[in-house]
Parts: sequence; structure tokens; C-alpha cells
Amino acid sequence: MSAGQTTAGAPPAAEDELLAHFEALVASGETVEPRDWMPDGYRRMLLRQIAQHAHSEIIGMQPEGAWLTRAPSLHRKSVLIAKVQDEAGHGLYLYSAAETLGADRADLLDALHRGQQRFAATFNHPALTWADTGAIAWLTDGAAVINQAPLCRTSYGPYARAMRRVCQEEAFHVRQGYDLMRALCEGTPEQRRMAQDAVDRWWLPAVALMFGPPDTEAGGADARTAALGAAVSRRAIAWGIKHHTNDELRQRFVDQCVPQAERLGLTLPDPAIRWNEERGHYDFTPVDWETYRDALGDDTHWARQRVAHRRAAHEDGAWVREAAAAYAAREDAGVPPAGTGAAGIAADRTEAAA
Amino acid sequence: MTTTSDTAPAARAVRAGARTGAARADASRTGADLAVLLLRLGDDALVLGQRLCQWITRAPTIEEDLALSNIALDLVGHARTLLTLSGRLDGTGRTEDDLAFTRQDREFTNALLTELPNGDFAATVARQLAYTHYASLYYEALAGCADPDLAGFGARAAKEVAFHRRHADDWTLRLGLGTPESTRRMRAGLERVWPYTAELFDEDDVVRRLAAAGTVPSPAPLRPLWERRVGEVVARAGLTVPAPRWQARGGRVGLHTEEFGPLVAELQSVHRQFPGGTW
Repeated sequence: MSAGQTTAGAPPAAEDELLAHFEALVASGETVEPRDWMPDGYRRMLLRQIAQHAHSEIIGMQPEGAWLTRAPSLHRKSVLIAKVQDEAGHGLYLYSAAETLGADRADLLDALHRGQQRFAATFNHPALTWADTGAIAWLTDGAAVINQAPLCRTSYGPYARAMRRVCQEEAFHVRQGYDLMRALCEGTPEQRRMAQDAVDRWWLPAVALMFGPPDTEAGGADARTAALGAAVSRRAIAWGIKHHTNDELRQRFVDQCVPQAERLGLTLPDPAIRWNEERGHYDFTPVDWETYRDALGDDTHWARQRVAHRRAAHEDGAWVREAAAAYAAREDAGVPPAGTGAAGIAADRTEAAA
Repeated sequence: MTTTSDTAPAARAVRAGARTGAARADASRTGADLAVLLLRLGDDALVLGQRLCQWITRAPTIEEDLALSNIALDLVGHARTLLTLSGRLDGTGRTEDDLAFTRQDREFTNALLTELPNGDFAATVARQLAYTHYASLYYEALAGCADPDLAGFGARAAKEVAFHRRHADDWTLRLGLGTPESTRRMRAGLERVWPYTAELFDEDDVVRRLAAAGTVPSPAPLRPLWERRVGEVVARAGLTVPAPRWQARGGRVGLHTEEFGPLVAELQSVHRQFPGGTW
């Protein structure tokens, strides 16, 4: 809170000095900490990104969470429970990082529930089979790691520290997802078909949606989207929030996945994928952002479903949170717990009423 | 969790009793009895873990999503060890997955308490309160067994369950003393699950033979202590322990509630859709 309030009261000359100091700080590679002055635009951009990331962790629990009760072996069940648990933990780290910027977790959740803040649109796809849990872990989490690894060095200290913990666990999830897919690929023809089908459905969402809109010319045909994306990325890079363009990271992801898919014997659903000796990268079909306008919209079946599921959990749990708050207030007030006999209980009730 | 040595209790029992035919018969019966008992405990953990999985993404707070998944993970871990041991002892060589995913509903021997549908958060807390205090006492008792596999499991699991018990105790207090609505719901939760608690402590021939042989203690003598401990928590929460007029039984012999069929169907669905699959 403090830094934002300082800005409002600071005279223009002082603000110029503060800005120069801030930019020097970022340029030096030192982290910006909650007490440091920061431009409002920086705060807004960070808050938006961290909140979206936190929401994505929480919403991302749903497609995999739906398979917890159906995991086909107890080993896989344990692995999946641990993964979904990690995602809840990541959500908590990230909401805490957002709170250092003056946001309140309850408000952020409300914004998610009211559809005012977004989450990764990748999760607006359904997880239709068991293999989807593997494809999500291998591809979606794989994309997340590539996206997030540079964020361990992002300019805002609390975010960078949260991301270091997140990335360690995410890398583990990717290996587990690959291992799940490997087991399916080495299994029966039906298991193999299930694995290929899941990759057919999760590849493009990972390539397109996990990295955001094209932000260089290489990114695709939509020049206006790319130009806007490029402007946003330039700003984020200048502030040290990001270090790479969306398209650079997307290329890194494709380069990583193609050999992995070959080892698994799975086909990535893009006929344009081939090694380009000259570039030293795999070519692939540029992301047609228009295709994803629908998936990105707030009003698709799955977007509604994901938010409705969250909202239902939140609303059903309201009485529990109220009880916990009332109990905590009571503890703070030093009301002793109820006695073990009737007299104790009666005394306790009286105090509670008073 | 499946860190059991190759020298399974039955094998040792068989070796110990190999001198005479009668001793051999006793030893093999002890092994079979132990397989039955461990399957019951494993099914308790598996089925309760499955119920808790149904909470994940639906909990009242993100912290609770985390806590309930943590507990579910421990329970699945306990189930894996117990089912693995049971499969080694019963002579069929079944693995943890064979037992979890290929048995019929009627072959599951969990106590009915563990399969009760989640209900609201208070009903889940009440079920956790009853189970965790029981499991905590019984696993501590297992930790004293002569058999190193059982004793090792009991000691490890008792430590984990102590955290689950703390979680249940804390929520019982919060809900019991929180708001009028939470008090009402917590009371209803206790009323809902209490008729299913006696079965946890039941003795039958299997339990009695194992206790008489000094292999595994019976849970029956633990009941008074369980009642005292649970009673203390419930009283501190400003509530009273229900005195149900009936007690449900049947889980230990495979007679389950109607809600159990869908639970097993869901548990086994993917495994059964891919015959011969490897995971």
C-alpha cells in the first residue's frame, strides 16, 4: 500500500527523481521490494500478471482434479493428488505475492468469480480422458515452466521468490506427466490411442494460449495483434517483469517438445513441424490468434463451467469461513473453550452471548 | 510408503511353525487372518481417501483444498502399504492395484463410516474426528507389534494421523463454537456419523484369534479411551456426543451402503476400461 500512496502525494519533480531511481534499480538487476517506490503502471502490470497466474493455478486444479477419483493405479492417484495439492500451494504463494502490492486475496477471488480477472484460457478446455492429465502435465506444465523459469529473475522480489518455489515443483510435474504418457505409449493399443487423442487436443492450446498472443513478426499473420503484443512485451521487458517475447518462449517450447514426442512415438498435430537447419529451430504453423478468440472469450461453455465450479465452492464454504472468523475473534478476545461439563458449556454460552 | 521387507509376517510365521503339522496350520491361519485384518484397514484408508478426493477443488478455502488433499494423499499411502502386505499374505499374490481396482463391491471390507458420503463440511469434519481418533489409537497399538513391517507401518502412520486428528479437532472447535449456523451443522454432522462408529471397534473371530496369538491387538479395548478423547473435543466445542439408538454394521463382511457402489465404480472405471493396461 505504502508505495502507491506515496506516489499520489508526491510532487511532479520528486516523482521524476523517484522514477529515475526506480529505473536505475531495475537496470542494476536488484529486485524491487514492496517498500520501494514504483510507477503505478508497473504495479498494475505486475498485479494483473500475478493475479492471473494465481487464478490459473486455482482454476487449473479443476481439469485434473476431476480425475483424482478415477486414477487407474494407486501410484498415479498419489502423484495426481500431490500435483493438485501443489497447485493449491502455488495459488497461495502467488496470492501472497499479490498482497504485497496492496491487493487483498478475497478481492482477487471475487474478481475471478465475477469474471473481472482472467486465468489461463488453456483451462477452458475439457479434460476428457485419463490421458488428458498426462498431456496437461507434460505439455501445459511444460509450457508453464518455459514461461516461468525467466520469472524467477523477474524484477519484483516477492514474485521472483514465489516463482522459484513454483518452478521447482512444476519441473517435477512435467517429468511425471511425460512418465504417465510413456506408460500409456508402452501399454495396449487402446492406451496408446488415448494418449495420441489427448495430445491432439492439448498441443495447440499449449502452444497458443500458454504463451499469449504473438508479439513479434515471427508470431503470425495477425499484424495488429502482433503489434499490440509487441508494445506490451517491450514495456514488460523494460521493467524487468519479462525477459523474453512470447514468440521466443513459444519457439523454445516447440524445440523442447518435438524430440520428446518422437521418443514417445506420438505425433504432434501440426504438419508444418520440421527441423530448420538454417534457423537452428523447428518450424511450426504460426499461431492463428483468431482461432483462439472463442476460447479466450469469457462466455464459452467451459469458461462458465470453470468459474461456476469455483464460485459454487466459495459460496458453499461461506458459512465455514464465517465460523472460522467468529472463532478466531473469540480466541483473540480470550474466551476460554467450552468446559468439559454442562456448567462449563453454560458459562461459555453466556460469555459468547455477552 | 511400500517399504516392506521381503520377509513378510506370514513367511516368518510359516518358518517359525515349520516343525510340526499343527504349528504349520496355525501359522498359515495366522497369515490368512492377518491378510484379512490388513485388508480391512487398507480398505478403510482407501475408501476414506477416495471420499476426501471428492472434496478437492470444492473446499471452503484454498488452505482446506490443500489440507484435505494432504490427508487424502497420506490415506492413499497407508492403503498402498496395507493392501500390498495383505496381498502377500493371502496367498493370491495380488498387488495393491489388483486389490483396489479388480475386486467387486462386496469384497471390500472397509467400515461403513469411511464410505459415508461427504455431506457438508461439518459432516466431513465429524467423520474425520471419529476416524482419526480411532486410527491414531489403533496405529499406535500396531507400532507395538512384534512384526517389524507392521510395527514400522504403525509408527509411521500414527505420526501422520496425529496431524489429521489435530485438523479434525481444530475444525470441530471452530464449527462448534463459530456461529449459530456452524454449531447447528456440526451437531447434525456428529448425529449423522455417530451410528457408524461402533463398527470400528468390533471384534470377530479373526480379530480374536490374532489378539490371542499376540500378533495384532484387538481394537475393542481402545474404545473407552477413544470415547474419552473424542468426548473431550466435542465438549470443548460446546457440543455433546450423540447417543445413537442404533449402530450400523456390515462393512467388515462386505455389506455396504447403497452409496458405495458408485464410489467403487468411479474408483475402478479407468482401470477396468483398459483390460491388460499398464499404468
